[in-house]
Order: sequence, then C-alpha cells, then structure tokens
Amino acid sequence: MSILQELTNRDQVFEFLTPAQSPVDVRHGPILYLEDVNVSFDGFKAINNLNLTIDDGELRCIIGPNGAGKTTMMDIITGKTRPDTGSVWFGSRHNLLNLSEPDIATLGIGRKFQKPTVFEALTVFENLELAMAADKRVFPTLTALMKPEYRDRIDEVLEMIGLKALRQALAGILSHGQKQWLEIGMLLMQKPRLLLVDEPVAGMTEQEMERTAELLTSLAGKQSVVVVEHDMGFVRSIARKVTVLHQGSVLAEGSMDQVSNHPEVIKVYLGEEA
Amino acid sequence: MWLTRPLQERSTRIFLGVLFASLVIVSVLHVFMPQDSALHVSAYTVTLLGKYLCYALLAVAVDLVWGYLGILSLGHGAFFALGGYAMGMYLMRQIGDRGVYGDPTLPDFMVFLNWQELPWYWLGFDMPWFAFIMVLLVPGILALVFGFLAFRSRVTGVYLSIITQALTFALMLAFFRNEMGLGGNNGLTDFKDMLGFDLRTDATRLGLFIATGVALAMGYVICRGIVTSKLGRVSIACRDAEARTRFLGYRVERVQLFVFVVSAMLAGVAGALYVPQVGIINPSEFSPLFSIEVVVWVALGGRATLYGAVIGAILVNYGKTVFTGIMPDAWLFALGGLFVLVTVFLPKGIAGLLFKPKKAKVADNTPPEQEATA
Repeated sequence: MSILQELTNRDQVFEFLTPAQSPVDVRHGPILYLEDVNVSFDGFKAINNLNLTIDDGELRCIIGPNGAGKTTMMDIITGKTRPDTGSVWFGSRHNLLNLSEPDIATLGIGRKFQKPTVFEALTVFENLELAMAADKRVFPTLTALMKPEYRDRIDEVLEMIGLKALRQALAGILSHGQKQWLEIGMLLMQKPRLLLVDEPVAGMTEQEMERTAELLTSLAGKQSVVVVEHDMGFVRSIARKVTVLHQGSVLAEGSMDQVSNHPEVIKVYLGEEA
Repeated sequence: MWLTRPLQERSTRIFLGVLFASLVIVSVLHVFMPQDSALHVSAYTVTLLGKYLCYALLAVAVDLVWGYLGILSLGHGAFFALGGYAMGMYLMRQIGDRGVYGDPTLPDFMVFLNWQELPWYWLGFDMPWFAFIMVLLVPGILALVFGFLAFRSRVTGVYLSIITQALTFALMLAFFRNEMGLGGNNGLTDFKDMLGFDLRTDATRLGLFIATGVALAMGYVICRGIVTSKLGRVSIACRDAEARTRFLGYRVERVQLFVFVVSAMLAGVAGALYVPQVGIINPSEFSPLFSIEVVVWVALGGRATLYGAVIGAILVNYGKTVFTGIMPDAWLFALGGLFVLVTVFLPKGIAGLLFKPKKAKVADNTPPEQEATA
C-alpha cells in the first residue's frame, strides 16, 4: 500500500518522467564542470586528474604544449571519447558521460574541429541550413521546408561571419580562413550554450586573425566560449582567463599576465634550462 | 512536399519527358508498324528494353546510396533477387495445376523432390497483393536488419562494401540448396500468367515494359525527392564529413539506415518487374559479380546524378547485348577497359560529358570573395 502511495505521490518526480531535453541548469554558476577526469590510451595517460570549471558566459582560452591533452579534453566533453574515471557535467543537471554525440550537440555544445570541417560539396547557405537548430530526426528532416524566419536567421549569421556575398558559393572553394569562419557560423546556427573552438586561427593571416578575435569576443557573454589555441599573440588579444594544460592536467590558471609569469609555465614552455 | 519538389526541377522534367516519350514511341512502333517494316519493334526487343529499364531502376537505387550517402554497396543484387523471388513465388502459385505434374498447389520442383505440402513461407503468395507487399518488405527488412547492425557499429567504407559482398554471396549459396524450398539451382521458372494475363502474349509483354517504365519514373522521382530535400543534403554531409554531421546533432546511422532501406526496396521492385519479363529467377542473380557490374554501370553513367545511373545501365547493357552477340569472350575485357577509360578520362561519367555541371554558377561568385576577405 505504501508503495502505491509513493508512486501516486505527485510531489515526487521520477527520473524517467523528466524529459531528456530539459534546459541546461546554470543557476549555480558553472556551465561546464569536469572533475578528476582520467583517460589513458594503451597505458599513456592523456588526461591525468583533470579538474576544470567554465562559468556561464565566460570566454576561456586553453593553452598548452603539444600532447598536453587539449583535443582529448574536447573529445571527452563532446562524447567522442569516454573517460576511464571522473565526472563531466553540463550545467548542474546533465551528466555528459551518459549522452551520445548527437544528444550532446542538441543539448547545446557546439564544436569546431582543429582542421576546418565544412561540407565542401554544399553551398555556404546549405552548410548553415544543416547546422540550424531544428528537429534533426530523419522524417522531420525529409519533410523540412525553408521558412522565411530560417532564412533570416541564416542571413544574420552570414552577416556575422562576413560571408554574405558568398552564400551561394560551394564551401569547397572558400579559403582556409573563410572555412574556419563558416564552421564557427555553423556552431552559431546550432544556438549553443557552449562553444568549443579548437585552434580557430591556425593558418590565418594577420587580418583574418583580428576578425576572428572580434567575432569570438562578441560571442562571449551570450554564449560560453572555450578556445584552444597555440598562437600566444591571439590568446593575449582575446583572453580574460587562461588555463594552461600540461601532461593531461591543469598547470596554471589566471589572467594572461599571471600565467605567463608563472615559473612552472615558463619551464614547460621554454624547457628545463630556462 | 518533398515528393512533388522534383517535378519543378528542369532535369527531372527532361528525364521524365524522355522516358515517357520513349515508352510511347516503342509502344506505337510495336503495335502499329507492320511486322515486315524496318521500323517495327519486335516483342523480343520490347522485352529486352523492359529488362534494361529494370536494370536502370536497380542502378538508380545503387546511385542513391553510393552517390549521395557514400555507401558503396557491392550486394545490391541481393535485394534485386529477393524482390524477384517474391514475384517468382507468386507466379509459381499462379501456375496451379497446369504444371508438368499437375499438382494444384505444389510447384513442380516440390513434387519432383517428393515434398508433401507447401512450406509455411509459401503461404499467401497465391494472393497478388500479398506477394507485391512482400516484394517491398523482404528486401526492406533484410536491409533494415543488416543496416541497423552495420551502421550502429559505424562500419563504413571498404569494410562495409566487403560485408555487403559477403551478404549476397551467402544468400547465393543458401538459395542454391534444394532444402531452401525455392527451386535450388534451377530457381523458379515456367511461369504462365500474372494477374490473369498470359505472360507469353505480346500485349502482356508490352504492358510489363510500360509498367517498368512507370516504376522507373516513380523510383526516380522518389530518389530525387529525397536527394533534393534537407535529408538529401544531410546525406551528402554524412558522405563527406561523418563526424561533423554527428556533432551537428544528426543521427548519422539513422539517416544511413533510412536511405539504405528505401534503396533496397527500389531494388526489390526492379527485381520483381525483371522476373516476369525474363521468365526465370535463379540464384545466379545473387552472384557477387552481378552486384559489382551494377556499380560499374553507375560509375560509367556518372555518380550522384541519378540520371547518369539510368544512362549507364542502359548503355552498358545494350553494349553487352551487342557485344556478346559478336564476340562473347571479349565482353568482360571490353567492360573492364571501358571502366578504366571512364575512370581516368571522365571522372564524372557519361552524365558529366552530356550536361554542364551545376557548379558553373560558382564562377559568378568568385569576385566578391576578395572583398569579403579584406
């Protein structure tokens, strides 16, 4: 009898009754929370007791030498790699370790790859159309129609990434820098809460870099942005808070000046002799 | 509506126009020209053309998964043959007591093997509606199960091609066995009539030819509808950058599964229309070689155009008919040589030669590129 009472008790919400797509809960501050994460590949510890917290609306830069585990960290957050131990939370409600890549993407984490990855056989416009936040199941996609408000949204993003004149061009003919912007634009179409951007200025000219810096800083506040980058000049131009990764864990964290004067960081970057 | 969208396209209108015009011309020349006229199209030719159209529909199905989804299926012959067997079973039941042994229910080969009663999976095939549903369902379900397992495990590329090849080979070996109850080595043959029409009359043959043409038109419009929808663009996305598509929130394996099942069903329809026209279905249709040949048609005609697949299937099979008549031994060499030549000199196939690629539009867009960068 007591079981029946408990089951019919309307105050209680069972876990299976809560919709999977509940909004991200950021009332407690952090939008992304990694604790004691460990990953090893064939005995090599790629991530070693990593703890990292990203606040809602923050623009965070992550730097570190090659092999520091930056890309692996992104793989873990987006569901591509499963950690051996540790916990990864998106807001205080969603445990990312239980979700698949498309689920995580739908939840609001967008990822830009290290190598610009756009759909080269499709036009710039179509690339953005596919990225747009919408019902992404098979049959709704088959019957989807292009509505004026979608067109407006795409135009808005085209304006932001400066590719308006190229809307009908195939993405394959874009320059390297333009592809990077298009990919960032695709992330924006997803209306993400958190953007993970892997090396956005690799191979860009000075001018292109400036524009990218403007673009990323304009996004912070509305979205949280995590940028992984090698280029120190670029990091200096956008960073408010920098995290240094080394051998799979956090070595230092703080403003760019604090971090660049940190003795451990200098040692890692300049070698033992320095 | 995604299905009516292709009808507004110029390329689809041209394709359908040419197809229906050919159907009308062949019919008129067959029916109204006197037998001894040079313009007369014989019943033999009509059936031969009907066979080509079946192959064309199969090629369209292969192009849908290979050209737009990047899945190189080397086993589409299996779906074609399964559709053919479903139709063959119906035609066998239609023979009734007119077979050599005169048994009212059992087909001849079962009487010959001393079987006492019809196996359970033959039940229902005396009803045309049931058989026609099975033509879609049997290949569809095989594709669903196979695709579910393969795509869920993220098997792609050359590995998937090899597994599809193994699938059709395994089915061929199974269908060769008499114990399968599907005629073994000899397959199903000696058909008499279909839906009450005698299969040996010229009128029925012409009817089947036209039905095949209509099926090809419908199959083409369905494929074109998928390809021009947002799902079609997602398919191309899966083909070119699977991981990216997944991170955009699409379930790549479900997109692949849907398109693969549609393609298998179309292949089944092609097989079902093929059987009454050639009058036999046997396990050789499952042969891996046949499935590879289909891929060659598509490659020759031009990938990812759909009409290219139709052109490729018809031209290659016409070439095969002519060539095997003149020097049968040289046909495979000719096909191989043609394949090499087209791959080297015409990467877009014959379709790429006939029509200007749509990408010409890009040229107008190049100048502003500089401004945008600056």
